Amino acid sequence: MIEVKDLQKSFGDAHILKGISTTFENGKTSLIIGQSGSGKTVFLKCLLGLFEKDSGTITYDGNIYSELSDEQKRNLRSEMGMVFQGSALFDSMTIAENVMFPLRMFTKQSKSEMQDRVNFVLKRVNLPDAHKKMPSEASGGMQKRVAIARAIVNNPKYLFCDEPNSGLDPKTAIVIDNLIQEITEEYNITTIINSHDMNSVMEIGEKIVFLKDGLKAWEGSKNTIFKTDNEAVTDFVYSSELFKKVRKMYLEENQ
Amino acid sequence: MTYLHNIGAYFLMIKDMFRKPTKWSVMKTLIFKDIDDLIIGSLGIVAFISFFVGGVVTIQTALNITSPFIPEYLVGFATRQSIILEFAPTFISIIMAGKVGSFITSSIGTMRVTEQIDALEVMGINAINYLVFPKFIALMLYPFVISIAMFLGIVGGMAACVLGGYSSLEAYIIGVQTDFIPFHITYAFIKTFVFAFVLATIPSFYGFYMKGGALEVGKASTTSFVWTSVVIILLNYVLTQMLLS
Repeated sequence: MIEVKDLQKSFGDAHILKGISTTFENGKTSLIIGQSGSGKTVFLKCLLGLFEKDSGTITYDGNIYSELSDEQKRNLRSEMGMVFQGSALFDSMTIAENVMFPLRMFTKQSKSEMQDRVNFVLKRVNLPDAHKKMPSEASGGMQKRVAIARAIVNNPKYLFCDEPNSGLDPKTAIVIDNLIQEITEEYNITTIINSHDMNSVMEIGEKIVFLKDGLKAWEGSKNTIFKTDNEAVTDFVYSSELFKKVRKMYLEENQ
Repeated sequence: MTYLHNIGAYFLMIKDMFRKPTKWSVMKTLIFKDIDDLIIGSLGIVAFISFFVGGVVTIQTALNITSPFIPEYLVGFATRQSIILEFAPTFISIIMAGKVGSFITSSIGTMRVTEQIDALEVMGINAINYLVFPKFIALMLYPFVISIAMFLGIVGGMAACVLGGYSSLEAYIIGVQTDFIPFHITYAFIKTFVFAFVLATIPSFYGFYMKGGALEVGKASTTSFVWTSVVIILLNYVLTQMLLS
């Protein structure tokens, strides 16, 4: 479980995060949503330790991140998996080498053990025959799946995804969403996803945190988001005609 | 102020380069890859340039010796001195700042732009050690490249001298052997080791700390070439003053 209390972050005069508090539970897929510039990526990068927070606390399963030693932080980071917006695969390595990378860095497994694990994980993300391809030879959807495979290969406790659906067609986006949710439940991972994608919100948002201007404007789930009266959320989520209709139908059915 | 900040950040990067070492089995592979990219991959261009510049140095020296009182072997002597003292260690290093330096900056810069460095850091890997240290170790073989440049420069001079009829082969060889001071080789290699360190670290610094997109990668490569060259030229002056005066 990850607990965030009063997280603040500024860059120069720009106050990006203005005191966010929330909790992300194990085995659940949590989504952070909000408009561009609302602070989602900064929030995620603060959780990952890529940005130094100005104030507040981030607690990973009872351990306050800022109070950990360098060694403990390194160990904690080896328990994190991250799927970047652009996949961030190492382009000098094949897909199999990319997936094997965390195992080579952090485990003492033999080559055959690592190979077995890579085979298993690539199969899990539906890429059983992609081992020898270079990332540049893979499509956007394949790259995302490889990034997920790399993120989960070392059995992480925490999985972070920064807009995993960006640039993907709706069908592939649903495949990626479902894959992330299945993996989260299967391995009891704490998963946090930054997303703009309303389909993801409706499909896998077991917990949804809505950020606006660096503040948490709303918190709920895919079930409660239909009923909310919060104007900021409804403006954002139901900005398209299609979603307005879906909401209307849902509310009529559940009256 | 930016210059001071950059100098401070550069030295902090050097410190980080030796902290939290990457697992040896992984590091070994990276070092061999960088030796291939940075050293073996530079041999062709270094050999080509050295051979022909050696020839040009010889021709220019020979054409400027007009007095009959100056011995013929001076052509070989002057060529050797120019190549060992200055051309091979310094001139080749400037060329390497363009070839190897821009390769290092653009490859690390592209990793920054495409979040590959963030991916390393999220995994708890010391990205500076992972990316810069293998380049530093690989470039410790740089004196090997410079030895080849020295040899081919002198051979190129010999070929130009004999083929152009500027002096006899015997006179050239006598010139190359005349008043040889072994410390000049030591001096050249001390410079080479220092330049190798500069070639590994300054381009890495500009790649690692770049911000922006593809356009900025290009700009960072150019800036890294300029500063690597400036530092090499300044250190060349300082080392020459310290070691030869």
